Amino acid sequence: MKIPADLRYTKDHEWAKIDGGTATFGITDYAQDALGDIVFLELPTVGASFKAGDALGVVESVKAVSDIFAPLSGEVTAVNEELTKAPETINTDAYAAWMVKIKIADPNEAKALMDAAAYKKLVAEVAK
Amino acid sequence: MRYLPHTDGDIVRMLTAIGISSIDELFTTIPEPLRMQGDLNLPEPMDEAYLRRHMSDLADQAPAGSCFAGGGAYRHYIPAAIDHIVRRNEFYTAYTPYQPEISQGTLQAIFEFQTMITRLLALDVANASMYDGASATAEAVLMAMRTTKLKRVLLSAALHPQYQETIATYAKWAGAEFVTVPVNAEGRTDFAALKKALNNQTAAVVVQSPNYLGVIEDTRVLGRFLARHKAKFVHVFTEPLAFGKLVPPGACGADIACGEGQSLGIPLSFGGPGLGILATRLVDVRQMPGRLVGETVDAEGKRAFCLTLSTREQHIRREKATSNICTNHGLMALSAAVYMALMGREGLFQLAKLNRAKTEYMKSKLAEVAELPLTGPTFNEFVWKPRQPAEEVLQALAKAKFIGGVALNGAAPGLENAILTCVTELCSRKEIDRYVEVVRAL
Amino acid sequence: MSKSYGPCDTPGARGLALCEPTLFERSTPGRVGYSLPRVDVNEPPPLPAELLRDEPAAWPELSEVEVVRHFTRLSQYNYGVDSGLYPLGSCTMKYNPKINEDVCRLAGFADVHPAVAHQGLLRLIYELEQFLAEIAGMDAVTCQPAAGAHGELTGMLIIRAYHASRNDPRSKVIIPDTAHGTNPASAAICNYQVVPLKSNEQGLIDPDALAAVMDESVAAIMITNPNTLGLFEENVDRAAHIVHERGGLVYYDGANLNAIMGYTRPGDFGADVLHFNLHKTFSTPHGGGGPGAGPVGVKKHLEPFLPRPVIRKKGRQYALDFDRPQSIGRMRSWCGNVGVLIRAYAYIREMGAAGLKRSSELAVLNANYLRVMLQDLYKVAQDRPCMHEVVFTEKGLPNDVPMLDVAKRLMDYGFHPPTIYFPLVVKGAMMIEPTESFEPESLDAFITAMRDIYREAQENPALLHHAPYNTVVRRLDEVRAARNPKLTADME
Repeated sequence: MKIPADLRYTKDHEWAKIDGGTATFGITDYAQDALGDIVFLELPTVGASFKAGDALGVVESVKAVSDIFAPLSGEVTAVNEELTKAPETINTDAYAAWMVKIKIADPNEAKALMDAAAYKKLVAEVAK
Repeated sequence: MRYLPHTDGDIVRMLTAIGISSIDELFTTIPEPLRMQGDLNLPEPMDEAYLRRHMSDLADQAPAGSCFAGGGAYRHYIPAAIDHIVRRNEFYTAYTPYQPEISQGTLQAIFEFQTMITRLLALDVANASMYDGASATAEAVLMAMRTTKLKRVLLSAALHPQYQETIATYAKWAGAEFVTVPVNAEGRTDFAALKKALNNQTAAVVVQSPNYLGVIEDTRVLGRFLARHKAKFVHVFTEPLAFGKLVPPGACGADIACGEGQSLGIPLSFGGPGLGILATRLVDVRQMPGRLVGETVDAEGKRAFCLTLSTREQHIRREKATSNICTNHGLMALSAAVYMALMGREGLFQLAKLNRAKTEYMKSKLAEVAELPLTGPTFNEFVWKPRQPAEEVLQALAKAKFIGGVALNGAAPGLENAILTCVTELCSRKEIDRYVEVVRAL
Repeated sequence: MSKSYGPCDTPGARGLALCEPTLFERSTPGRVGYSLPRVDVNEPPPLPAELLRDEPAAWPELSEVEVVRHFTRLSQYNYGVDSGLYPLGSCTMKYNPKINEDVCRLAGFADVHPAVAHQGLLRLIYELEQFLAEIAGMDAVTCQPAAGAHGELTGMLIIRAYHASRNDPRSKVIIPDTAHGTNPASAAICNYQVVPLKSNEQGLIDPDALAAVMDESVAAIMITNPNTLGLFEENVDRAAHIVHERGGLVYYDGANLNAIMGYTRPGDFGADVLHFNLHKTFSTPHGGGGPGAGPVGVKKHLEPFLPRPVIRKKGRQYALDFDRPQSIGRMRSWCGNVGVLIRAYAYIREMGAAGLKRSSELAVLNANYLRVMLQDLYKVAQDRPCMHEVVFTEKGLPNDVPMLDVAKRLMDYGFHPPTIYFPLVVKGAMMIEPTESFEPESLDAFITAMRDIYREAQENPALLHHAPYNTVVRRLDEVRAARNPKLTADME
C-alpha cells in the first residue's frame, strides 16, 4: 500500500497536495483498492466552491460507490477531465490520478489533515 | 400437506442432528410475553378440488360483455404462445438475476426487451421494468427533478387522473410545485397556456399522448418548443401500440418516455400486474431508476449478459439511490418481449392501423346518435356525449352485454356527462353496429 | 442462406445448453409470427403526416415457431425454485403451487377490465386483507402496493402524513445497520434523514443505544424482525416502547414473516405499520424479478391515511371507497397486482392456520439443520439458534478464499448460491434461507457440496476462483459491462 510522504490525508481516504495557495486532491491507494475496478468518476465544474468535508464528486466501481469529500475549503480552479474518460487509471496509480485543484480558502485547515505516518496508522487500524 | 415435504421421521432425524427434542425449542429466542396465545383465526383449509371450485365461483361473478372500455387498460388479443413461454418454471420460479451464470435466460430476454422498447419509443435506453404506468410516471418526474435540480412541474390536464394522483403522492415530500395546464376544445393540452406556465425554474413538462381523452397531442410541435428549455419533456403513454403508427417520443424530442405496457401481451387482470416502462437518453442513464441489463463477455470471451450500472440502486447506494425499487415486473417484461417478437415490425403496424380504422368506423356511426365534442385526432379511444345520463347509457349497454366504456364525470370542462370508449382489434364491426343500435334505441 | 450468429454460433455446444442468438440476429425480413383479426371496416382518411412515425419500429421478424424455440432455449439457461434448492437469503424462495397458476388465469379474473365492478374479485381482495391483518395482528390492510419496497414507501408516507396531521413534522428515521437497502431508500423519498443504529455484539437492537438517539425529531424506527442476521429481535417490545414514548412510530419490515407465522404477531407488540411480501411468505412466484405484491397493514390510528381507494363491505356488497380526505393518495393505478393477490389468497385458503404455522416451523427447522451441519467448517456470524435463515462469514476460510468463490462453485454442484455480501455488517456474508419447501435429502446434498467445496478451498483454491465450469457461461466481465455499457442490441 503506497502512502507518499509528501502528501496530506483525510480520514475518508482522500489525499491532498499543497502547493502554496493551491491544493490538488485525489483518492488514496487504499481507497482505490477497497473500491476495486473503478468504472465511473463524477467531478465538479470549475468555479464551484466547497467547504472541507463537502461531497465534491462520486467514484464508482461495479459494486460500490463512494462520495469524494473535499479535504479543504475553496474554489475549484481545475478539473481533470481526462480522468473522467479513463477512470481505470485511478486503479493503476492513485497518486498520479489527480481529480481537482482548488484555491485554498483557509490555510489553517491544512493543519488538521493527517501526515503520512498518521494516515498509515489509520489504514492499519481499518484493515484489522 | 403436499407443499411441506417433511415426514415425522424426517423431523425427528433433523431435530436429533440439531440436538434438541422438539420444534418448539427452536422458537425459544422469541420471549414468552411476545408469543401468540391460541391459533390464527383463518378459515379451514380447502382441498385442491374444492379450492378450484371456490375460485371458479368467484371468477364467475365477473360482469359479462364485449369490452369497449379503455382509459389506461386495454383489451387486445394475446397470442397463445406467450403464456406457454411465461409458464415455463425456469422463468417464473427464478428471482432477480443476481448470479448471471445461471440466469442467462432472464438476462438475455430482458436485454431483448430493452432493445425492442427503445426501438418502439426511439430512445437510447429502457430499464428492465417498473410496476405500472402511474408509478413509472411518478419516478420519471422525480428523475427530472433530480437532473434539473428544479421543483416546478407542469402536468397536462389530459394526463390520466390516476397518474396525476400518483405523481402527487410520490413527489409531495420532494417539494414539487405542480401547475396543471388545461385542455382546449380539440381535447389537446392548451399549448398557449403551457407556454405561459413554463419558466426557467421548470423541471418537467408532463404530457400524455394519445392522452386520457383519446386525443393525439401535437408532440412534434411541443418537442420543438421544449428543446429550447431546460425543462425535461416527459412523454407519457398508456397505449404503446399507438406508436405502431404515431411519432414515437424520442423522435419528437422527449427526454423521458414512460407509461403502461399492459397492451403488449399482458392480460387485463382487473388492473394488475401490468408493466411500467421507462426509457430515456443515454446522457441521463445514471439518474435513471430501476434495473438495467448489459452485454459483456465471460472469462472465455463468449457473449453474456449481466445486471449493470447497479450503483444507482438501493442495495448499493441506499438512501442516495435513484429509486427504492427492488422487485420489478420482470415476468411482465418477458411477456412483452415475446409479444413484440411475435408481432414484429409489420404486425405492429397492421395492428395499429386496424385499431384506428375500427375506431374511426365507430366514431362515424356514433356521431349519428350522439355528440362527439372533441375535434382532435384519435387513435383507439374517443369521448362522446350521450343524450341521456352517462350512467344510464352504460347500464343499458351492460344489459345488452357490453362493457360500454368509462364514465368521465368531468375529467375536463364540458365533459360532465361523457363516456370514454375504446375500440381495439377485438371489437368486430357487427358488435360496433349493435352497440350503436343500443344507444340509438334509448 | 447462411447466417452468422456472432461469437456464439454453434448450437449444441454444451450438451443440451444450446447456444441461442438474439432475436435480432435471428430476424428474417418477411417472417410473420402474428395472426390479426380480419379487416371488416374501410380505411379511414389518413392522419396528418406530422403525427406519424417516419419509419416502422425495428422489431425483429420471426415466425411463431422460431419465437417459441428461442424463448424455450433461453428458459433452459435459467435456474428456478422448480430446478432445485434456491437458498437465496432474504428472498424466501419457496415452492409456487401449480393450482394457483391455474386459478389466477381463469377468464373471470384475467380478462376483466378494472373499471367494472367485479364482486367476486372485490370480495377476494377484501378477505385477503382480513387474513393478512389476522396473521400480523394489524387492524386494517391495503393491497394496493405492487412490491415490498412499494409497500415500504406506502408505510413511510403514512407515517409522514400522520405526523403532519398532528402538526408535529419530524425529520428523522432510525434504521438499524442490518436493514435492507430499500429501507433507507424509501425513507429518503419521504425526505427523512436516516439515523443509522448500530447493532450490539449479539447482532440485535440495543435498547440503550436506541434510547440515546431517540428524540422528538424522530418520526419512526424501521425494524426487520427476524432481522437480516436471521435472529429474532428479543428486545423488540422495549424498542417499540422507547420509540412510542417520544411520540415516534414503529415501522415493521415484514420481509421475514415466513419465520414466525402462528408464533408471534408484530401488531401485538408495538408495530404501527407493516408491509407483507406476498412473493415471499405467501408463495407467489418471483417471476425472474417480479411482479410481487406488498400489502401494508396499519393499526387503527393510521387507518385514515391508507392509500385510496379502500374496499368497503356494505351488507353483502363490496365497493371502492374514494372518499378518504386524509389518505396519502394513490400509490399506483387501479387496485393492485390482482393476479398476484389471487395466488396469495388461494395459498392461504389451502394452507389454513395450521398449515401456515407448520411452514414457519419447517422453515426454521431447515435453517437450523444447515447451521448445525455446516458450523464446524464455516463460521456462523452469530453462534446461536437462528430463525428461518442462517448467516456465515468468510472469516477463517482456507487460503483466504472469498465467499464469492464458494458461491460460484456451488453452481457446479447444481445449486443456486445463497445471498452473499449481505448483510453488510458481516464480513463476506453468506446468507442461507432454505425455506420449508425442501426435504432433508436436498439439504443433505447441499451440505455435502458445501463440505466438498471447503476441502477444495484447502487443496486447490484456484479451482474455486475460476468456477463455475458447468454453466452455460463462465464468470462474467462485469467491469467491462459497467465501463462501456451496452444496453441494447445493435441495429441489424
